[in-house]
Amino acid sequence: MFVAVASLTTLGLILGLLLGVAARRLAVEGNPLIEEIQAILPGSQCGQCGFPGCAGAAQALVAGEAPVTLCPPGGRDVVAALALKLGIEVDLSGIKDSGPQIAEVKEELCIGCTRCFKVCPTDAILGASKHIHSVFREACTACGKCVEACPTEAIAMRPVPVTLQSWYWDKPEERLAA
Amino acid sequence: MKLFSRFKPQGGVHPDGRKDLSADRPIRVLPMPERLFVSLQQHVGAPASPVVVVGEKVLKGQLIAASQGNISAPVHAPTSGHVAAIGDYLAPHPSGLPAPTITIEPDGEDCWAALDVPIDPYALEPEEIAKRVAAAGIVGLGGAAFPSAVKLNISRKTNVQTLIINGGECEPYLTCDDRIMRERAAAIVSGIRLIQRAVGCTEALVGIEDNKPEAIAAMREAAKGTDVKVMPVPAMYPMGWDKQMTRALVGKEVPAGGRSSDIGVLVHNVATAYAVHEAVALGRPLISRLVTVSGEAVKIACNLEVPLGTPAQALFDYCGGYAGVPARLVMGGPMMGHEMPNPYIPVVKGTSGVLALTHKEIGQPVPSPCIRCSTCVRACPVGLLPLEMAAHIRVGDLNTSVDFGLKDCIACGSCSYVCPAHIPLVHYFNFAKGELAAKERAKLKQEGTKKLAEARNERMEKIARAREEASRQRAAKKAAQEAAKKAAADAAAAAAPQQEATA
Amino acid sequence: MTRIAHSPHAHAPVSVGKVMATVMAALVPATLYGFWLYGWPAIFLWTVTVTTAVAAEALTVRLQEKPVRPTLMDGSAILTAWLLALSLPPFAAWWVGVVGALFAVVIAKQVFGGLGQNVFNPAMAARVMLLISFPVDMTMWTTPMPLTGGHAPGLMEGLAITFGGAHWDAMASASLLGHVKTEFTRGVDLLHSLPGYFAAQDSAIGSRAGSLGETSAGLLLAGGLFLIARRIITWHGPVAMLLGVAVPALIAHAVAPAHFLGVLPEILSGGLILGAFFIITDPVTSPNTNEGMFLFGLLCGLLTWTIRTFGGYPEGVAFAVMLMNSLTPIIDRYVKPRIYGRTRKGTALPVGKEA
Repeated sequence: MFVAVASLTTLGLILGLLLGVAARRLAVEGNPLIEEIQAILPGSQCGQCGFPGCAGAAQALVAGEAPVTLCPPGGRDVVAALALKLGIEVDLSGIKDSGPQIAEVKEELCIGCTRCFKVCPTDAILGASKHIHSVFREACTACGKCVEACPTEAIAMRPVPVTLQSWYWDKPEERLAA
Repeated sequence: MKLFSRFKPQGGVHPDGRKDLSADRPIRVLPMPERLFVSLQQHVGAPASPVVVVGEKVLKGQLIAASQGNISAPVHAPTSGHVAAIGDYLAPHPSGLPAPTITIEPDGEDCWAALDVPIDPYALEPEEIAKRVAAAGIVGLGGAAFPSAVKLNISRKTNVQTLIINGGECEPYLTCDDRIMRERAAAIVSGIRLIQRAVGCTEALVGIEDNKPEAIAAMREAAKGTDVKVMPVPAMYPMGWDKQMTRALVGKEVPAGGRSSDIGVLVHNVATAYAVHEAVALGRPLISRLVTVSGEAVKIACNLEVPLGTPAQALFDYCGGYAGVPARLVMGGPMMGHEMPNPYIPVVKGTSGVLALTHKEIGQPVPSPCIRCSTCVRACPVGLLPLEMAAHIRVGDLNTSVDFGLKDCIACGSCSYVCPAHIPLVHYFNFAKGELAAKERAKLKQEGTKKLAEARNERMEKIARAREEASRQRAAKKAAQEAAKKAAADAAAAAAPQQEATA
Repeated sequence: MTRIAHSPHAHAPVSVGKVMATVMAALVPATLYGFWLYGWPAIFLWTVTVTTAVAAEALTVRLQEKPVRPTLMDGSAILTAWLLALSLPPFAAWWVGVVGALFAVVIAKQVFGGLGQNVFNPAMAARVMLLISFPVDMTMWTTPMPLTGGHAPGLMEGLAITFGGAHWDAMASASLLGHVKTEFTRGVDLLHSLPGYFAAQDSAIGSRAGSLGETSAGLLLAGGLFLIARRIITWHGPVAMLLGVAVPALIAHAVAPAHFLGVLPEILSGGLILGAFFIITDPVTSPNTNEGMFLFGLLCGLLTWTIRTFGGYPEGVAFAVMLMNSLTPIIDRYVKPRIYGRTRKGTALPVGKEA
């Protein structure tokens, strides 16, 4: 009787100690999930989701306060990646994805006011005061901030143009005879 | 009947060759067409950049666009005449997108520019041969269109010992390599010797499919007295895949992700060897090539020597036009060639054939469900499981298809050819490869933009900090001045400046 | 012009329908011989089974709102029912064929998603279901009574046997494997039960009691060789399955001839030849690679021999095939072809090493 109680107590104490030590030694600083989620998001801090930047959006996602479909520039791929990471099932077919987009400056309307490149989160708009601006394609995340900032509606979003280098075959049509 | 041999999955298919249509037609030179549309993107790599202007007169063989960057090739005027236009024009690409093109209006003189002909080409330094090959704009004429000089330089630096000359020509219908071997064997052997010298390799093997006995005989005759060995290989598709040819001739496999030079082998096409001879021994840049015109919807199948930039229509016209309405026009062979949306697509360096096919020849009924018969598995020359890859791609699971070896697929089309359910297997694979590449690009772009955004944030913070600092300094200065004033005005209040300073 | 077509711009003159038709052609001799051996009841049973399967396929496909014609044209339902019919006792009643065909097409195939999606061979699934559900009807074997002979049931009598449940005087008989099993349970060993019951030439030509189309080993073998010659199937599966039965039979028979059948009766009896050449080679439910097929066939054979020898049922082909069908995905997972330039494990070949 005594032996059993004593041995079990000792065992419990030792295991508890181990757990306590492990909890201290192997403690994780912050929530790693938030960082992982942040890595999935575009990172342009455009704020279209309504949260203060991508870090805020990541926190909200982890806390379950925002849907995985919150990021318009990310498109379907980001939704899928977020859903996978958070273990959420989503119906991707309902998500609007107009394909990769890019900002384009209509040169005849641009007055060179520089407002757009002041708001651009990735410095993708080039140009100087009183000069026509242009968009550096590789840096544009299609966040749309410049469209809002432009006083002459000279900036619009349009699909990324297909080139000989970027073109590829469509998925074969689903078979007719199933 | 090798059951567990290590090299088991040889794969391959035996499509109906249809080479009889054109194999016995000697090479004829196509009369100069009215206009030549010389694409600046006739090779793998960066497009060439024009060095002529509209209206300028050019001579045959004159450089009209220079190579850009390490992997690129220059382009030369196929005949004398003047530059009619520089701009986008139809390109032989399945997207139907245009490519930068120089349009030349021939003057009918066909007048050569001054050519640099060496006294003894076989005495040239290896580097000099590679330089001349690069300057002549020679690319792999088997269809890959990879700049040849790049391969020569890599092979010289890695001490390649074996040169393999690919006379496989396994695509059905095509006979231009067969004809060039039969009719211009001596020039090919000369080209082989030049390549050997450029690379410094001792062994040269010419692999020719055993369904071309005349070509084998002609090449053997021409190779007499040299160390060039002609070796027949079994006829099957895709024997002309360079790695398959390597396996057949030297029994070695190129490691995945590696180059032929990793196993001491350099592979060039027979037509490339011919072009090397033309360029180095005669000083002529690559401005024309042999093209097979065939298919049942062509009146008379032909093998033609065609100036680069000739629209396919001119070739069909020369062959007597169409026999009936062709169901499909194809540039290249039927297994890997591309459908031409219209017959005005110009011939480029990689064009080995233009075909006008009938419905009967294409024969692609409606797809039906996969019965897992594994015919595709036995047909795959790489040893992949096409049925599994396609099944995963169909439901959008691209990553699993990569695990099954999607990236090792060479898109030879053997699986689609043999599939009894008519599933467009290779179409699925090309779609998936493109999709994955696009995802990869998007990911790189996202990483790039993320860095940009961070840099901007930092900069903005710095500016804000600097501004704050400046305003604080201003405030402090102001406070100090005021304090001094106050101190001067009222020396009795000693605590006041401190209060103000803290405020 | 509309969409640009993807290469290849040439296709082999093959189709699923043609593949199925070739397999059926290979079955014709053995089937006709079965018809001749067992007369009108066999013909009726075969017809009823095949008709039911086609009707069931058409109905289920229509219920799924898929086009009916292309599905029927591929011939897979006919082939499934054909194989099932060949494995039934020739004098079985019509409903045996109907229930079997319905089960094969609806439950074993369409419920799984139709052609190409089924896990189990539909014909064998149906046979197993029938054998377990109606053991008496499924083991009523008949002595062959050739159509041209005097004892054969006539047209009307055939109708009565198949559709009227009539019994035929001369029908009581037992298959070789059934006979051996029964004698064993009575304590009679092989040395006494076998003589006079097994003659290799009878089994080869099929003039013995058994299923409708399984008795003539010779004709089935010829059909199988025809399929190998036409490259519809490879030799790996069939040869391995025969080995899987023959090797243990050889060893066991040498050790204890009184308890174990020899190689010839094992191979020539029951549904082994049909199974080896026509059942396990069903592409849908068998592994992808030749190596996988060899392993699959070998295990099928071993299981068949084990079930025949130690199991409760005299015949084991159907059970063995069903069990192995469930292992097909595992075999496919581990037995893959080697990719060019890579080792079996999928890593790149080392540079500089002879491949």
